[in-house]
Amino acid sequence: MIELNVQTIAFLIFAACILGGALGVVTTRNLIHATLYLVLSLFGAAGFFVLLSAPFMAAVQVLVYIGAIAILIVFAVMLTRSMTRLRDIYNRQWVMSAIAAGLLFVLLMVGVILPVWGVGGAQAGREVSEVVASTAELGTALVSPNQFVLPFEVASLLLTAAMIGAIVIARDDE
Amino acid sequence: MAVLNEWAFIGVFFAIAWVVPVLPIVGARLFAPRKPNPLKQSTYECGVETVGDTWVQFKVQYYIYGLIFLVFDVEIVLLFPWALAYNQLDFFGFMAGFLFIFLLADALIYAWRKGALEWV
Amino acid sequence: MESVCSINNFVQCLLNLGIAPDLAQFINILLGVVLVAIVPLVTVIMLIYIERKVAARVQDRIGPNRVGPYGLLQSVADAVKLLTKEDITPLGADKFIYNLAPIIAFASVILVWAVIPFTPLHVGADLSIGVLYFMAVSSIGTVKVVVAGWSSNNKYALLGAFRTIAQLLSYEVPLVLALLIPVMLAGTMSMQGITIAQQGMWFIVMAPVAAVIFFIANLAEAGRAPFDLIEAESEIIAGYNIEYSGFKFGMFMAAEFIHAFTIAVLAAVIFLGGWSGPFVHEVPVLGFIYLGIKTFIIYLFSLVLRSTVPRVRIDQLMAFNWKFLVPISIINVLMTAFLLQVVRALGLAPDPAQATDFVANLPQAVILLLGNLVVIGIVLTMIRNTGRRQRLEDEARHAAALERELERVSAPAGD
Repeated sequence: MIELNVQTIAFLIFAACILGGALGVVTTRNLIHATLYLVLSLFGAAGFFVLLSAPFMAAVQVLVYIGAIAILIVFAVMLTRSMTRLRDIYNRQWVMSAIAAGLLFVLLMVGVILPVWGVGGAQAGREVSEVVASTAELGTALVSPNQFVLPFEVASLLLTAAMIGAIVIARDDE
Repeated sequence: MAVLNEWAFIGVFFAIAWVVPVLPIVGARLFAPRKPNPLKQSTYECGVETVGDTWVQFKVQYYIYGLIFLVFDVEIVLLFPWALAYNQLDFFGFMAGFLFIFLLADALIYAWRKGALEWV
Repeated sequence: MESVCSINNFVQCLLNLGIAPDLAQFINILLGVVLVAIVPLVTVIMLIYIERKVAARVQDRIGPNRVGPYGLLQSVADAVKLLTKEDITPLGADKFIYNLAPIIAFASVILVWAVIPFTPLHVGADLSIGVLYFMAVSSIGTVKVVVAGWSSNNKYALLGAFRTIAQLLSYEVPLVLALLIPVMLAGTMSMQGITIAQQGMWFIVMAPVAAVIFFIANLAEAGRAPFDLIEAESEIIAGYNIEYSGFKFGMFMAAEFIHAFTIAVLAAVIFLGGWSGPFVHEVPVLGFIYLGIKTFIIYLFSLVLRSTVPRVRIDQLMAFNWKFLVPISIINVLMTAFLLQVVRALGLAPDPAQATDFVANLPQAVILLLGNLVVIGIVLTMIRNTGRRQRLEDEARHAAALERELERVSAPAGD
């Protein structure tokens, strides 16, 4: 069975963070509480990245998701009047979303457990790669002409477009 | 394993860093008087009684700053691997980074010209 | 010879005592954590005293001098006072979150110390992403402001929180951009690696513009004067922590003091060579002293700055960041990247084997310094021109207003 060592314990703690946080997000009626649960959940995800030997991704997770996106959600909540104290759960489409979420869950479970995807249709038999890519290798790959330089530049363009769009939509007074 | 050791240190540090501030706060309960009354616990607004709801609607400018910050944050984070590997990059690598930062500067100039950076 | 137990062979020492390897490892880590965490906790007690004393001297006062010799025990008296003060929770507050905020505030500041290299041998955790770890941890600090401001059920707290968040978010941009340059020069993000890369030449020589931007942006992140809008008593009473009292308020204050000291340590590590100095490899403890001296010089500078510069307005704060610091940081990154390519094309880059040699680093350093000086020159010229234009506009407006006034007075009244 599963060997109980430090890594397993850490994994369990982070998994509890993610699942507990996610449950909190959907059950609480207070939007600020929901944001804080989301922070907990994202923090657990950062822990997973550390366990997967991807510390750069962990730092990005905390820096961008907790430090920026969670805060942006708070701003958005405060912009929408009287959304902080909901009397009822305000969702008329909960049946549809429950079905969609259930289907997605089944799909993921099938994908993880049954050997249907991946090379040769079997994920279970694949060996875990021993090579751990460093952040410096990521850096060279991002700007090398026969690897990811085009996606890299497109990402920049996309972010610029996102910012222009945000400014145009948010400042509708002109 | 050696790498995870470093992170084990961070993990333990996280635990300790939460315990250290809790101790004096809990410890203060032993010494501090506890005589709550409604007047003492009312919202502090320099003696004037508070009017209306606290959670008022905020202006959109805060949100715009947040959005601009988010875009910059994501872009700069993507630049860190580039800066890290800069010693190994040739002139093409420099140009790729230059174009990336140029587009970033473009976004800033747009926000500036549109007046999105003004505090209104 | 294994009988001598020191911090360097602590695990081996425990194993000799017959303790299980896992447990020995854990005890070792725990001891390391406690040792690292004690450094800021002990210094903060002295810092509060030093800060009050320096502020007093600048304002031609004496400062604390009653408690203990030279008032040295003032901080202890303050702590006792805070411990015995009633801890009031406002009625409408969101209790759990309200209590969480000071804890987050303190934890987010103290966590930075995990990656600070104290000597060539002693560093809490030499993470490969040390610089980003610092950024990530300090971005958790933003959460504390949201939490404190929102849970207090006070309009001023919420207003202060929103201003503070806008400030913290904005100044993170030049901060991260300035950090790109030491990473570029050192070729690593680990704090220890950055320190080692400065053996030959401190980064403040090669990147003075980045160093200054880093320092200013960090001052704003820590909410120190002249960026202390976070506690603008005259406008929003005290900002996001207005409703806090007792030791919870004390936690916010302690976190602020430690943060101010932490930014000095970071500046010393990233730009002033950290522990590097003469004979440091023979006697590692010297590194700790060198780092302390460098840190205190920067810290004292920030104290004098705090006592002499007036607080900025919020619109000035935002304009200074987005229209001044961010453009300069972007230009600075591009300039440094370009010059590094030029240096390499000319073959002036120091050989990795001679990286610790002062002379081998000289050509590269001179070129980068010249580039930085050009940027500084352009910026200063722009400031002067903008200032002159503004002054002329103001004068023209005043003259026009005066003329209108004169006309109004000299014109026959009533018609």
